[in-house]
Amino acid sequence: MIEVENLTKRYGRTTAVDGISFKVEKGEILGFLGPNGAGKTTTMRVLTCYLPPTNGTVRVAGYDVFDKPIEVKRRVGYIPETPPLYPDMEVTTYLDFVAKIKGVPRKERTSRIADAIAKTRVGDVQRTLIGRLSKGYRQRVGLAAAILHNPDVLILDEPTAGLDPKQIIETRELIKNLGGDHTVVLSTHILPEVSMTCGRVLIINKGRVVAEGTPESLTHRLQGAAIVQIELRGERDAAVELARSIPGVKEVQARSGEAGALLLEVEADAARDVREELARAIVQKGFGLLSLRRAGLSLEDIFLHLTTTDADAPSEKTEVPA
Amino acid sequence: MSSLRNIGYIVQKEWRQYFASPIAYVSLCAWTLLFGVFYSLILNWFVTLSMRPSQYGPVNLSLNEMLFGQVLRQMAVVALFIMPMVTMRLFAEEKRQGTIELLATSPITDLEIVLGKFLAALGLYAVMIVSGFLNFTLVWGWATNKPEWKPLVTGALALLLLGACFVALGLFVSSLTRNQIVAGVLTFCLFLSLWAIGWLDSPMAGKFTKAVSYVGLTNHLEDLIKGVISLKDIVYYLSVIVFGLFLTHQSVESHRWRA
Ligand SMILES: Nc1ncnc2c1ncn2[C@@H]1O[C@H](COP(=O)(O)OP(=O)(O)O)[C@@H](O)[C@H]1O
Ligand SMILES: [Mg+2]
Repeated sequence: MIEVENLTKRYGRTTAVDGISFKVEKGEILGFLGPNGAGKTTTMRVLTCYLPPTNGTVRVAGYDVFDKPIEVKRRVGYIPETPPLYPDMEVTTYLDFVAKIKGVPRKERTSRIADAIAKTRVGDVQRTLIGRLSKGYRQRVGLAAAILHNPDVLILDEPTAGLDPKQIIETRELIKNLGGDHTVVLSTHILPEVSMTCGRVLIINKGRVVAEGTPESLTHRLQGAAIVQIELRGERDAAVELARSIPGVKEVQARSGEAGALLLEVEADAARDVREELARAIVQKGFGLLSLRRAGLSLEDIFLHLTTTDADAPSEKTEVPA
Repeated sequence: MSSLRNIGYIVQKEWRQYFASPIAYVSLCAWTLLFGVFYSLILNWFVTLSMRPSQYGPVNLSLNEMLFGQVLRQMAVVALFIMPMVTMRLFAEEKRQGTIELLATSPITDLEIVLGKFLAALGLYAVMIVSGFLNFTLVWGWATNKPEWKPLVTGALALLLLGACFVALGLFVSSLTRNQIVAGVLTFCLFLSLWAIGWLDSPMAGKFTKAVSYVGLTNHLEDLIKGVISLKDIVYYLSVIVFGLFLTHQSVESHRWRA
């Protein structure tokens, strides 16, 4: 459905996208994952013919975005980061206008609008001025507008940004339901999002693809390292020092846990189970061992691994909201 | 065919937004009010003038020249003040709201968008002209020597052409910024300068000054208001309109150029 070959996009001197290639098959849900400024929005703007590529070819539904933009636009539904809404219009008026400029034939217009309203559940507010809607409703009206002309391809730029948890869950459900009929590309900088909605993930950083695969395969591939989480009582530096001294341990991070406990995250060779040795050493040196368990690398860890430029991971990991 | 339809959709949408905001009402009211004020002032003056006993017998003043012509000249200046308000929003607000991204990723062309917005604003202005001209019909009943209708038609055409130039240029300025107030102020300055350039024209002006003053927007109204259609003026107005629309189209399209 979508073929991107060696796409490069420069804004003057800054290279926002640097030689990206990927394909999306019909019915697939692909997630773009990357920190802010990675080039997700830029890539999507090229896919939707909003911006021309500086280099490389992009074909959507078999049409080149540069040579046949009108054909591409007919087949693509797009919601930018902030849904493009007219605050001074009522929801139905807005959808009617969008249906018209998207080329929905007159006869089908009413039914398609009703259909989109039903799918995105904005029926309650269809006579409300868009300017009075909450963020969640706006996002849904944007989604309704994007699916009005029944596009083959749906491109959603951070569709859950700024929504409350309940709305996020609803939006994800909605997107999942849309996959199958439509080919969906969505972007996010929130990790759990992709593992929940996407069949395949493309991790982008600084305009390049740094990893690609299903959420599971990515987790597997990077499981060259295993993580052991230890909860103990004792002095921080000494504990870190001790864990580092065990053969096979690659890296140790410490943070404070509950009730004065210390949490250690020990990264070790996957080939080697260091749990026994760790437990023995900790007890011998007189630390109070509270718990010790092995944890798989989460997508978050992979993400941080891939997108952190320093070889050493940051000492304080930021919590990513689930 | 589908092109015309798309232009129609844009016109429809712009009109809806004009009347959903105070812009349409304020500009229509201001225009009609000022039209009425100028009309009654000049009518008063005209009546006084024609009643004054003359030593050369009864005077026979031309309604067309002394009343309608005068009013139209004033209204050209009123248009200069009102039109920036009508055009400033057209592209600037789409950019600010991000809705330009909706238009640009829909299967319609930039030219259709530009023409749709142009015609929408021009349509509003045409309504203003018509509502003003209703004032003139009052005179018909009472006038002892009836006015000619031809200068009235060409006068309306003159105002329309002038307004179309204002719209085309205002549209261009609006496409340059995402702030509609900035667009409005810049448009107003542009119109004022184009008007002021026209003052350079005088019987004593040299060749160069004459050439520069040719650009003055209101200088080409005179003949039309007098009922004379001269090719020179029509060509002038049409070229300003086409030039403005061309610039707007380039500006809207420019983000899609391959750098
Ligand atoms: N219109 C623009 N002009 C100049 N630079 C831009 C523009 N849009 C984005 N960039 C730059 O391109 C890079 C990628 O941005 P973007 O595609 O928006 O990233 P993301 O959506 O992944 O956060 C950033 O460094 C950003 O500063
Ligand atoms: Mg972005």
